[in-house]
Amino acid sequence: MEPILELLQENSIYSTEDMASMLGMDKDEVEDKIARYKEEGILLGGHAIIDYDKLENNHIVALIELKVNPQRGRGFDKIAESIYRYPEVKSLYLMSSSGYDLLVTVEGNSMKEIAYFVARKLAPIEDVVSTSTHFILKKYKSHGLVHRSIPVDERENCN
Amino acid sequence: MFDSNNALSTKARNLKPSGIRKFFDLLSGREGVISLTVGQPDFATPWHIRDAGIDSIADGHTFYTSNRGTPELRSEISRYMDRRFGLSYCPENEILVTVGASEAIDLAIRALIDEEDEVIVPVPSFVCYGPLIEMCGGRVIPVETAPKDGFKLTPEALSDAVSEKTKLIILPYPSNPTGAILDREDLAALREVILKTPAVVLSDEIYAELTYGKKHTSIATLPDMKERTIVINGFSKAFAMTGWRLGFSCAPEALTEAMFKIHQYAIMCAPTVSQYAATEALKNGDDDIEIMKAEYDRRRKYLTKALSEIGLPCQCPEGAFYVFMKLSHCGLSSEEFCERLLEEHNVAIVPGTAFGDCGEGYARLSYAYSLDHLKEAVRRMDRFVKSLNYVAFL
Repeated sequence: MEPILELLQENSIYSTEDMASMLGMDKDEVEDKIARYKEEGILLGGHAIIDYDKLENNHIVALIELKVNPQRGRGFDKIAESIYRYPEVKSLYLMSSSGYDLLVTVEGNSMKEIAYFVARKLAPIEDVVSTSTHFILKKYKSHGLVHRSIPVDERENCN
Repeated sequence: MFDSNNALSTKARNLKPSGIRKFFDLLSGREGVISLTVGQPDFATPWHIRDAGIDSIADGHTFYTSNRGTPELRSEISRYMDRRFGLSYCPENEILVTVGASEAIDLAIRALIDEEDEVIVPVPSFVCYGPLIEMCGGRVIPVETAPKDGFKLTPEALSDAVSEKTKLIILPYPSNPTGAILDREDLAALREVILKTPAVVLSDEIYAELTYGKKHTSIATLPDMKERTIVINGFSKAFAMTGWRLGFSCAPEALTEAMFKIHQYAIMCAPTVSQYAATEALKNGDDDIEIMKAEYDRRRKYLTKALSEIGLPCQCPEGAFYVFMKLSHCGLSSEEFCERLLEEHNVAIVPGTAFGDCGEGYARLSYAYSLDHLKEAVRRMDRFVKSLNYVAFL
Protein backbone atom coordinates (compact mmCIF):
# COMPACT_ATOMS: atom_id res chain seq x y z
CA MET A 1 0.00 0.00 0.00
CA GLU A 2 1.00 3.62 -0.51
CA PRO A 3 3.06 4.85 2.46
CA ILE A 4 0.79 7.86 3.06
CA LEU A 5 -2.26 5.62 3.23
CA GLU A 6 -0.41 3.24 5.52
CA LEU A 7 0.39 6.09 7.90
CA LEU A 8 -3.16 7.44 7.82
CA GLN A 9 -4.62 4.03 8.42
CA GLU A 10 -2.38 3.67 11.42
CA ASN A 11 -3.16 7.11 12.82
CA SER A 12 -5.41 9.53 10.98
CA ILE A 13 -4.49 12.42 13.26
CA TYR A 14 -0.89 12.69 11.98
CA SER A 15 -0.33 16.17 10.61
CA THR A 16 0.83 16.52 7.03
CA GLU A 17 4.11 18.00 8.35
CA ASP A 18 4.75 14.94 10.48
CA MET A 19 3.91 12.60 7.65
CA ALA A 20 6.20 14.53 5.34
CA SER A 21 9.14 14.24 7.75
CA MET A 22 8.51 10.58 8.48
CA LEU A 23 8.38 9.72 4.79
CA GLY A 24 11.15 12.08 3.73
CA MET A 25 8.75 14.02 1.45
CA ASP A 26 7.69 17.65 1.06
CA LYS A 27 4.60 18.80 2.91
CA ASP A 28 3.10 19.96 -0.41
CA GLU A 29 3.72 16.59 -1.96
CA VAL A 30 1.88 14.87 0.92
CA GLU A 31 -1.03 17.31 0.68
CA ASP A 32 -1.30 16.85 -3.09
CA LYS A 33 -1.36 13.11 -2.73
CA ILE A 34 -3.99 13.19 0.00
CA ALA A 35 -6.13 15.49 -2.15
CA ARG A 36 -5.80 13.05 -5.03
CA TYR A 37 -6.75 10.05 -2.89
CA LYS A 38 -9.84 11.94 -1.80
CA GLU A 39 -10.77 12.90 -5.36
CA GLU A 40 -10.38 9.34 -6.51
CA GLY A 41 -12.53 8.12 -3.64
CA ILE A 42 -9.68 6.03 -2.28
CA LEU A 43 -9.45 7.98 0.96
CA LEU A 44 -12.95 8.21 2.40
CA GLY A 45 -12.11 9.84 5.72
CA GLY A 46 -10.48 9.30 9.08
CA HIS A 47 -11.91 8.59 12.50
CA ALA A 48 -10.55 8.88 15.99
CA ILE A 49 -10.83 5.61 17.88
CA ILE A 50 -12.32 6.35 21.27
CA ASP A 51 -12.53 3.99 24.20
CA TYR A 52 -16.06 4.93 25.33
CA ASP A 53 -15.73 2.80 28.44
CA LYS A 54 -13.35 5.45 29.80
CA LEU A 55 -15.94 8.21 29.27
CA GLU A 56 -19.15 8.77 31.18
CA ASN A 57 -21.26 8.67 28.02
CA ASN A 58 -23.61 5.92 27.22
CA HIS A 59 -22.48 4.54 23.93
CA ILE A 60 -24.07 1.36 22.72
CA VAL A 61 -23.14 -0.52 19.58
CA ALA A 62 -25.21 -3.32 18.06
CA LEU A 63 -24.60 -5.68 15.19
CA ILE A 64 -27.85 -6.49 13.39
CA GLU A 65 -28.24 -9.37 11.03
CA LEU A 66 -30.87 -8.82 8.35
CA LYS A 67 -32.37 -11.52 6.21
CA VAL A 68 -33.80 -9.94 3.07
CA ASN A 69 -35.34 -10.91 -0.25
CA PRO A 70 -33.15 -9.68 -3.11
CA GLN A 71 -35.05 -7.68 -5.71
CA ARG A 72 -35.33 -8.68 -9.33
CA GLY A 73 -32.68 -6.95 -11.43
CA ARG A 74 -31.26 -4.97 -8.51
CA GLY A 75 -30.07 -7.65 -6.14
CA PHE A 76 -29.38 -6.19 -2.71
CA ASP A 77 -28.25 -2.71 -3.73
CA LYS A 78 -31.59 -0.93 -3.50
CA ILE A 79 -32.39 -2.42 -0.10
CA ALA A 80 -28.91 -1.54 1.09
CA GLU A 81 -29.45 2.03 0.00
CA SER A 82 -32.64 2.35 2.03
CA ILE A 83 -30.72 1.11 5.07
CA TYR A 84 -27.47 3.06 4.88
CA ARG A 85 -29.32 6.37 4.53
CA TYR A 86 -30.04 6.31 8.28
CA PRO A 87 -27.26 8.17 10.14
CA GLU A 88 -27.64 5.69 13.00
CA VAL A 89 -26.23 3.06 10.62
CA LYS A 90 -22.42 3.17 10.90
CA SER A 91 -21.58 0.28 8.62
CA LEU A 92 -23.37 -2.05 6.28
CA TYR A 93 -21.99 -5.17 4.65
CA LEU A 94 -23.38 -7.81 2.32
CA MET A 95 -22.34 -11.11 3.81
CA SER A 96 -21.69 -14.61 2.50
CA SER A 97 -23.49 -16.22 5.44
CA SER A 98 -26.20 -18.82 4.90
CA GLY A 99 -28.19 -17.48 7.87
CA TYR A 100 -28.56 -13.83 6.85
CA ASP A 101 -27.64 -11.37 4.08
CA LEU A 102 -26.80 -7.94 5.47
CA LEU A 103 -24.81 -7.03 8.56
CA VAL A 104 -25.60 -3.59 9.99
CA THR A 105 -23.73 -1.74 12.73
CA VAL A 106 -25.89 0.70 14.63
CA GLU A 107 -24.78 3.08 17.36
CA GLY A 108 -27.03 4.72 19.94
CA ASN A 109 -27.28 5.98 23.51
CA SER A 110 -29.18 3.04 24.93
CA MET A 111 -30.23 -0.50 24.09
CA LYS A 112 -33.82 0.69 24.01
CA GLU A 113 -33.05 3.40 21.46
CA ILE A 114 -31.40 0.86 19.19
CA ALA A 115 -34.18 -1.69 19.68
CA TYR A 116 -36.74 0.95 18.67
CA PHE A 117 -34.66 1.89 15.64
CA VAL A 118 -34.63 -1.72 14.50
CA ALA A 119 -38.33 -2.23 15.15
CA ARG A 120 -39.48 1.07 13.63
CA LYS A 121 -37.02 1.66 10.81
CA LEU A 122 -35.20 -1.49 9.72
CA ALA A 123 -37.76 -4.26 10.24
CA PRO A 124 -40.55 -2.53 8.29
CA ILE A 125 -38.40 -2.03 5.15
CA GLU A 126 -39.96 -3.93 2.30
CA ASP A 127 -38.14 -7.19 1.55
CA VAL A 128 -36.56 -7.34 5.04
CA VAL A 129 -37.66 -10.79 6.18
CA SER A 130 -36.19 -10.92 9.65
CA THR A 131 -33.76 -9.16 12.02
CA SER A 132 -31.52 -10.39 14.77
CA THR A 133 -29.88 -7.83 17.08
CA HIS A 134 -26.65 -8.43 19.00
CA PHE A 135 -25.47 -5.80 21.48
CA ILE A 136 -21.77 -5.38 22.06
CA LEU A 137 -21.14 -5.68 25.79
CA LYS A 138 -17.41 -5.00 25.89
CA LYS A 139 -14.83 -4.03 23.31
CA TYR A 140 -11.52 -5.76 23.79
CA LYS A 141 -9.95 -4.66 20.54
CA SER A 142 -11.19 -2.52 17.68
CA HIS A 143 -9.51 -1.15 14.56
CA GLY A 144 -6.39 -3.07 15.51
CA LEU A 145 -6.14 -1.35 18.89
CA VAL A 146 -6.52 -3.02 22.25
CA HIS A 147 -8.86 -1.23 24.69
CA ARG A 148 -7.10 -1.24 28.04
CA SER A 149 -5.63 0.93 30.72
CA ILE A 150 -2.93 3.35 29.67
CA PRO A 151 0.16 1.39 28.62
CA VAL A 152 3.27 1.98 30.72
CA ASP A 153 6.76 1.98 29.27
CA GLU A 154 8.38 -0.65 31.44
CA ARG A 155 11.68 -0.71 29.59
CA GLU A 156 14.70 -0.36 31.84
CA ASN A 157 17.86 1.50 30.96
CA CYS A 158 20.29 -1.41 30.69
CA ASN A 159 23.20 0.18 28.84
CA MET B 1 36.37 -6.42 60.89
CA PHE B 2 35.88 -8.06 57.55
CA ASP B 3 36.42 -5.61 54.69
CA SER B 4 34.72 -6.92 51.57
CA ASN B 5 36.62 -4.41 49.44
CA ASN B 6 39.82 -6.25 50.28
CA ALA B 7 38.21 -9.42 49.10
CA LEU B 8 37.79 -8.14 45.55
CA SER B 9 40.11 -9.04 42.73
CA THR B 10 42.30 -6.22 41.48
CA LYS B 11 40.59 -6.44 38.11
CA ALA B 12 37.10 -6.17 39.52
CA ARG B 13 38.13 -3.35 41.81
CA ASN B 14 39.69 -1.40 38.96
CA LEU B 15 36.72 -1.84 36.68
CA LYS B 16 35.14 1.59 36.12
CA PRO B 17 31.38 1.89 36.47
CA SER B 18 29.76 2.37 33.09
CA GLY B 19 29.46 6.03 32.13
CA ILE B 20 26.02 5.41 30.76
CA ARG B 21 24.95 3.94 34.10
CA LYS B 22 26.01 7.07 35.91
CA PHE B 23 23.65 9.10 33.80
CA PHE B 24 20.80 6.65 34.20
CA ASP B 25 21.16 6.98 37.96
CA LEU B 26 20.31 10.70 37.66
CA LEU B 27 17.05 9.65 36.08
CA SER B 28 15.75 7.35 38.75
CA GLY B 29 12.98 8.77 40.87
CA ARG B 30 12.31 11.74 38.59
CA GLU B 31 8.72 12.29 37.53
CA GLY B 32 7.48 13.40 34.13
CA VAL B 33 10.75 12.73 32.32
CA ILE B 34 10.60 12.33 28.56
CA SER B 35 13.37 9.86 28.06
CA LEU B 36 15.19 9.08 24.83
CA THR B 37 17.73 6.89 26.53
CA VAL B 38 16.51 3.35 26.18
CA GLY B 39 18.58 1.03 24.01
CA GLN B 40 15.86 -1.46 23.27
CA PRO B 41 12.87 -1.71 20.93
CA ASP B 42 9.55 -0.30 22.13
CA PHE B 43 7.67 -3.14 20.43
CA ALA B 44 6.66 -6.14 22.48
CA THR B 45 7.93 -9.40 21.00
CA PRO B 46 5.59 -10.36 18.12
CA TRP B 47 2.76 -12.50 19.45
CA HIS B 48 3.48 -15.68 17.48
CA ILE B 49 6.97 -15.73 18.99
CA ARG B 50 5.67 -15.18 22.54
CA ASP B 51 3.09 -17.88 21.86
CA ALA B 52 5.80 -20.35 20.86
CA GLY B 53 7.57 -19.60 24.14
CA ILE B 54 4.36 -20.21 26.10
CA ASP B 55 3.72 -23.44 24.19
CA SER B 56 7.21 -24.68 24.99
CA ILE B 57 6.53 -24.26 28.70
CA ALA B 58 3.06 -25.84 28.41
CA ASP B 59 4.59 -28.78 26.55
CA GLY B 60 7.04 -29.32 29.37
CA HIS B 61 10.24 -28.25 27.61
CA THR B 62 11.64 -27.14 30.93
CA PHE B 63 15.01 -28.88 30.89
CA TYR B 64 18.53 -27.81 29.94
CA THR B 65 19.12 -28.02 26.23
CA SER B 66 22.27 -29.19 24.52
CA ASN B 67 25.08 -26.87 25.72
CA ARG B 68 25.40 -25.39 22.24
CA GLY B 69 21.66 -24.72 21.93
CA THR B 70 18.95 -26.96 20.49
CA PRO B 71 19.88 -28.59 17.17
CA GLU B 72 16.71 -27.15 15.64
CA LEU B 73 17.58 -23.58 16.63
CA ARG B 74 21.15 -23.96 15.40
CA SER B 75 19.84 -25.23 12.04
CA GLU B 76 17.49 -22.27 11.83
CA ILE B 77 20.32 -19.87 12.67
CA SER B 78 22.40 -21.46 9.92
CA ARG B 79 19.57 -21.00 7.40
CA TYR B 80 18.90 -17.46 8.63
CA MET B 81 22.53 -16.35 8.28
CA ASP B 82 22.56 -17.72 4.74
CA ARG B 83 19.16 -16.24 3.81
CA ARG B 84 19.72 -12.77 5.24
CA PHE B 85 23.49 -12.23 5.01
CA GLY B 86 24.84 -14.81 2.56
CA LEU B 87 26.95 -16.56 5.22
CA SER B 88 27.27 -20.31 5.56
CA TYR B 89 27.93 -21.86 8.97
CA CYS B 90 27.69 -25.47 10.09
CA PRO B 91 25.05 -25.89 12.84
CA GLU B 92 27.01 -28.74 14.45
CA ASN B 93 30.29 -27.01 15.20
CA GLU B 94 30.31 -23.39 14.06
CA ILE B 95 27.25 -21.98 15.82
CA LEU B 96 26.84 -21.37 19.53
CA VAL B 97 23.62 -20.13 21.17
CA THR B 98 24.38 -17.71 24.02
CA VAL B 99 22.68 -15.64 26.71
CA GLY B 100 22.32 -12.53 24.59
CA ALA B 101 24.91 -11.29 22.15
CA SER B 102 26.58 -9.92 25.30
CA GLU B 103 27.61 -13.39 26.44
CA ALA B 104 28.96 -14.16 23.00
CA ILE B 105 31.11 -11.01 23.13
CA ASP B 106 32.42 -11.99 26.55
CA LEU B 107 33.15 -15.55 25.40
CA ALA B 108 35.00 -14.38 22.31
CA ILE B 109 37.17 -12.01 24.32
CA ARG B 110 37.86 -14.60 27.01
CA ALA B 111 38.68 -17.25 24.43
CA LEU B 112 41.23 -15.05 22.66
CA ILE B 113 42.80 -12.58 25.06
CA ASP B 114 45.81 -13.18 27.29
CA GLU B 115 47.52 -10.62 29.53
CA GLU B 116 48.97 -7.74 27.49
CA ASP B 117 47.24 -8.73 24.27
CA GLU B 118 45.99 -5.69 22.41
CA VAL B 119 42.42 -5.28 21.23
CA ILE B 120 41.35 -2.60 18.78
CA VAL B 121 38.09 -0.93 19.82
CA PRO B 122 36.65 1.79 17.58
CA VAL B 123 35.08 4.57 19.66
CA PRO B 124 32.57 5.98 20.36
CA SER B 125 30.98 2.56 20.80
CA PHE B 126 28.92 0.38 23.09
CA VAL B 127 30.24 0.32 26.64
CA CYS B 128 30.94 -3.38 27.18
CA TYR B 129 34.07 -4.11 25.14
CA GLY B 130 36.70 -2.28 27.20
CA PRO B 131 35.75 -3.67 30.62
CA LEU B 132 35.47 -7.25 29.31
CA ILE B 133 38.93 -6.91 27.71
CA GLU B 134 40.37 -5.52 30.96
CA MET B 135 38.94 -8.46 32.91
CA CYS B 136 41.15 -10.69 30.74
CA GLY B 137 44.18 -8.48 31.31
CA GLY B 138 44.12 -7.35 27.70
CA ARG B 139 44.96 -3.83 26.60
CA VAL B 140 42.26 -1.73 24.99
CA ILE B 141 43.51 0.25 22.01
CA PRO B 142 40.73 2.75 21.36
CA VAL B 143 40.60 4.06 17.81
CA GLU B 144 38.69 7.29 17.47
CA THR B 145 36.27 7.58 14.60
CA ALA B 146 35.46 11.04 13.33
CA PRO B 147 32.30 12.80 12.21
CA LYS B 148 34.01 13.72 8.93
CA ASP B 149 34.26 9.98 8.18
CA GLY B 150 30.68 9.43 9.28
CA PHE B 151 32.06 7.74 12.43
CA LYS B 152 33.33 4.85 10.31
CA LEU B 153 36.55 3.11 11.19
CA THR B 154 39.01 4.08 8.43
CA PRO B 155 41.80 1.82 7.14
CA GLU B 156 44.33 4.58 7.94
CA ALA B 157 43.25 4.79 11.59
CA LEU B 158 43.20 1.01 11.88
CA SER B 159 46.62 0.71 10.26
CA ASP B 160 48.08 3.21 12.76
CA ALA B 161 46.60 1.31 15.68
CA VAL B 162 47.56 -2.27 14.91
CA SER B 163 50.81 -3.78 16.16
CA GLU B 164 52.34 -7.24 16.42
CA LYS B 165 50.46 -7.56 19.72
CA THR B 166 47.03 -6.98 18.15
CA LYS B 167 45.04 -10.07 18.91
CA LEU B 168 41.52 -8.93 18.23
CA ILE B 169 39.79 -6.19 16.24
CA ILE B 170 36.28 -5.29 17.28
CA LEU B 171 33.98 -4.10 14.52
CA PRO B 172 30.81 -2.81 16.16
CA TYR B 173 28.71 -1.92 13.12
CA PRO B 174 25.90 -0.93 12.64
CA SER B 175 27.02 1.29 15.47
CA ASN B 176 25.49 2.06 18.81
CA PRO B 177 25.66 5.06 19.43
CA THR B 178 26.50 6.67 16.07
CA GLY B 179 24.22 4.75 13.71
CA ALA B 180 27.14 4.39 11.29
CA ILE B 181 27.32 1.31 9.08
CA LEU B 182 30.17 -0.12 7.03
CA ASP B 183 29.34 -1.02 3.45
CA ARG B 184 31.25 -3.46 1.27
CA GLU B 185 33.78 -0.86 0.05
CA ASP B 186 34.53 0.28 3.61
CA LEU B 187 35.00 -3.32 4.69
CA ALA B 188 37.17 -4.17 1.68
CA ALA B 189 39.53 -1.33 2.59
CA LEU B 190 39.70 -2.48 6.23
CA ARG B 191 40.27 -6.06 5.07
CA GLU B 192 43.53 -5.02 3.36
CA VAL B 193 44.86 -3.85 6.73
CA ILE B 194 43.44 -6.76 8.72
CA LEU B 195 44.94 -9.43 6.47
CA LYS B 196 48.42 -8.08 7.22
CA THR B 197 47.89 -8.80 10.92
CA PRO B 198 47.38 -12.06 12.81
CA ALA B 199 44.26 -10.60 14.43
CA VAL B 200 40.82 -12.13 14.68
CA VAL B 201 37.81 -9.89 13.99
CA LEU B 202 34.88 -9.78 16.39
CA SER B 203 32.06 -8.43 14.26
CA ASP B 204 29.25 -7.35 16.56
CA GLU B 205 26.29 -7.38 14.18
CA ILE B 206 23.45 -7.14 16.69
CA TYR B 207 21.89 -4.28 14.68
CA ALA B 208 22.44 -5.97 11.29
CA GLU B 209 18.72 -6.12 10.52
CA LEU B 210 18.23 -2.44 11.26
CA THR B 211 19.85 -0.66 8.34
CA TYR B 212 18.01 1.88 6.24
CA GLY B 213 18.43 2.08 2.51
CA LYS B 214 21.44 -0.22 2.38
CA LYS B 215 21.54 -3.88 3.26
CA HIS B 216 23.99 -4.90 5.97
CA THR B 217 27.20 -6.54 4.78
CA SER B 218 29.13 -8.79 7.13
CA ILE B 219 32.90 -8.64 6.89
CA ALA B 220 32.87 -12.45 7.01
CA THR B 221 31.49 -12.47 3.44
CA LEU B 222 34.74 -10.96 2.11
CA PRO B 223 37.46 -13.32 0.78
CA ASP B 224 39.73 -14.88 3.43
CA MET B 225 37.81 -13.16 6.23
CA LYS B 226 35.42 -15.87 7.40
CA GLU B 227 38.25 -17.99 8.81
CA ARG B 228 39.33 -15.18 11.14
CA THR B 229 35.97 -13.63 12.02
CA ILE B 230 33.57 -14.25 14.86
CA VAL B 231 30.16 -12.96 13.81
CA ILE B 232 27.93 -12.13 16.77
CA ASN B 233 24.23 -11.50 16.46
CA GLY B 234 21.10 -12.06 18.50
CA PHE B 235 17.35 -11.73 18.76
CA SER B 236 17.04 -8.61 20.93
CA LYS B 237 17.00 -5.88 18.31
CA ALA B 238 15.74 -7.62 15.17
CA PHE B 239 12.85 -9.46 16.85
CA ALA B 240 12.27 -7.16 19.84
CA MET B 241 13.32 -9.92 22.26
CA THR B 242 15.63 -8.13 24.70
CA GLY B 243 14.15 -9.75 27.80
CA TRP B 244 14.54 -13.27 26.41
CA ARG B 245 18.33 -12.91 26.60
CA LEU B 246 19.29 -14.83 23.51
CA GLY B 247 22.12 -14.36 21.08
CA PHE B 248 24.54 -16.46 19.08
CA SER B 249 27.98 -16.58 17.58
CA CYS B 250 29.07 -17.91 14.22
CA ALA B 251 32.75 -18.69 13.84
CA PRO B 252 35.17 -21.29 12.49
CA GLU B 253 35.22 -24.54 14.45
CA ALA B 254 38.41 -23.93 16.45
CA LEU B 255 37.21 -20.54 17.69
CA THR B 256 33.70 -21.85 18.39
CA GLU B 257 35.12 -24.78 20.37
CA ALA B 258 37.13 -22.49 22.64
CA MET B 259 34.12 -20.27 23.25
CA PHE B 260 31.98 -23.35 23.75
CA LYS B 261 34.23 -24.65 26.55
CA ILE B 262 33.89 -21.43 28.52
CA HIS B 263 30.15 -21.27 27.86
CA GLN B 264 29.72 -24.85 28.99
CA TYR B 265 31.41 -24.21 32.33
CA ALA B 266 29.99 -20.75 32.99
CA ILE B 267 26.47 -20.86 31.63
CA MET B 268 25.63 -24.48 30.65
CA CYS B 269 23.06 -23.44 28.10
CA ALA B 270 20.89 -20.50 27.08
CA PRO B 271 17.32 -20.46 28.48
CA THR B 272 15.22 -23.22 26.96
CA VAL B 273 11.99 -21.22 26.62
CA SER B 274 13.87 -18.48 24.80
CA GLN B 275 15.37 -20.98 22.39
CA TYR B 276 11.95 -22.32 21.45
CA ALA B 277 10.63 -18.80 20.93
CA ALA B 278 13.67 -17.87 18.87
CA THR B 279 13.20 -20.90 16.64
CA GLU B 280 9.74 -19.59 15.79
CA ALA B 281 11.17 -16.11 15.22
CA LEU B 282 13.61 -17.44 12.63
CA LYS B 283 11.05 -19.70 10.96
CA ASN B 284 8.23 -17.16 10.61
CA GLY B 285 9.52 -13.78 11.71
CA ASP B 286 11.13 -12.19 8.64
CA ASP B 287 8.02 -10.06 8.05
CA ASP B 288 8.07 -8.80 11.65
CA ILE B 289 11.55 -7.43 11.07
CA GLU B 290 10.37 -5.48 8.04
CA ILE B 291 7.35 -4.03 9.84
CA MET B 292 9.40 -2.82 12.82
CA LYS B 293 12.18 -1.55 10.59
CA ALA B 294 9.71 0.52 8.55
CA GLU B 295 8.49 2.09 11.76
CA TYR B 296 12.02 2.92 12.97
CA ASP B 297 12.79 4.36 9.56
CA ARG B 298 9.89 6.83 9.78
CA ARG B 299 10.94 7.94 13.24
CA ARG B 300 14.56 8.25 12.10
CA LYS B 301 13.53 10.55 9.28
CA TYR B 302 11.23 12.55 11.53
CA LEU B 303 13.78 12.98 14.32
CA THR B 304 16.76 13.98 12.16
CA LYS B 305 14.65 16.56 10.35
CA ALA B 306 13.05 17.91 13.53
CA LEU B 307 16.44 18.21 15.27
CA SER B 308 18.01 20.06 12.37
CA GLU B 309 15.07 22.47 12.41
CA ILE B 310 15.75 23.39 16.05
CA GLY B 311 19.45 23.89 15.40
CA LEU B 312 20.75 20.51 16.49
CA PRO B 313 21.97 18.93 13.27
CA CYS B 314 22.93 15.27 13.08
CA GLN B 315 24.11 12.97 10.35
CA CYS B 316 21.21 10.84 9.25
CA PRO B 317 22.05 7.48 10.83
CA GLU B 318 22.12 4.53 8.45
CA GLY B 319 21.64 1.83 11.05
CA ALA B 320 20.48 0.87 14.58
CA PHE B 321 17.93 3.16 16.28
CA TYR B 322 20.04 6.03 17.53
CA VAL B 323 20.78 9.55 16.42
CA PHE B 324 24.19 10.89 17.44
CA MET B 325 23.43 14.57 17.81
CA LYS B 326 26.01 17.34 17.66
CA LEU B 327 25.74 19.86 20.48
CA SER B 328 29.25 21.35 20.69
CA HIS B 329 28.06 24.61 19.09
CA CYS B 330 25.69 25.18 22.06
CA GLY B 331 28.58 26.20 24.31
CA LEU B 332 28.14 23.36 26.81
CA SER B 333 29.95 20.09 27.33
CA SER B 334 28.02 16.92 26.60
CA GLU B 335 27.46 16.22 30.27
CA GLU B 336 26.42 19.80 31.03
CA PHE B 337 24.04 19.82 28.11
CA CYS B 338 22.41 16.55 29.10
CA GLU B 339 22.26 17.35 32.81
CA ARG B 340 20.73 20.78 32.22
CA LEU B 341 18.30 19.43 29.66
CA LEU B 342 17.18 16.95 32.30
CA GLU B 343 17.11 19.47 35.16
CA GLU B 344 15.43 22.31 33.28
CA HIS B 345 13.21 20.55 30.75
CA ASN B 346 12.91 16.97 31.98
CA VAL B 347 14.27 15.36 28.83
CA ALA B 348 16.79 12.56 29.18
CA ILE B 349 19.41 11.85 26.52
CA VAL B 350 22.78 10.17 26.95
CA PRO B 351 25.98 12.27 26.79
CA GLY B 352 28.27 11.13 23.98
CA THR B 353 31.11 10.78 26.48
CA ALA B 354 29.40 7.71 27.92
CA PHE B 355 30.63 5.93 24.79
CA GLY B 356 34.23 7.14 24.93
CA ASP B 357 35.97 10.46 25.49
CA CYS B 358 35.76 11.28 21.79
CA GLY B 359 31.96 11.38 22.13
CA GLU B 360 32.42 14.86 23.67
CA GLY B 361 30.28 17.38 21.82
CA TYR B 362 27.61 14.79 21.07
CA ALA B 363 24.66 13.05 22.67
CA ARG B 364 22.85 9.84 21.85
CA LEU B 365 19.11 9.90 21.30
CA SER B 366 17.22 6.67 20.89
CA TYR B 367 14.26 6.76 18.52
CA ALA B 368 12.75 3.52 19.78
CA TYR B 369 9.79 5.62 20.94
CA SER B 370 6.40 6.61 19.56
CA LEU B 371 6.15 9.67 17.36
CA ASP B 372 4.18 11.56 20.01
CA HIS B 373 6.94 10.89 22.53
CA LEU B 374 9.61 12.07 20.09
CA LYS B 375 7.62 15.20 19.29
CA GLU B 376 7.30 16.15 22.93
CA ALA B 377 11.03 15.61 23.42
CA VAL B 378 11.82 17.82 20.42
CA ARG B 379 9.44 20.53 21.69
CA ARG B 380 11.20 20.61 25.05
CA MET B 381 14.66 20.52 23.47
CA ASP B 382 13.67 23.42 21.25
CA ARG B 383 12.81 25.48 24.33
CA PHE B 384 16.13 24.50 25.92
CA VAL B 385 18.22 25.43 22.88
CA LYS B 386 16.36 28.75 22.56
CA SER B 387 17.07 29.51 26.23
CA LEU B 388 20.78 28.84 25.62
CA ASN B 389 20.82 31.07 22.55
CA TYR B 390 19.04 33.80 24.49
CA VAL B 391 21.67 33.76 27.21
CA ALA B 392 24.45 33.72 24.62
CA PHE B 393 22.82 36.70 22.93
CA LEU B 394 22.70 38.72 26.16
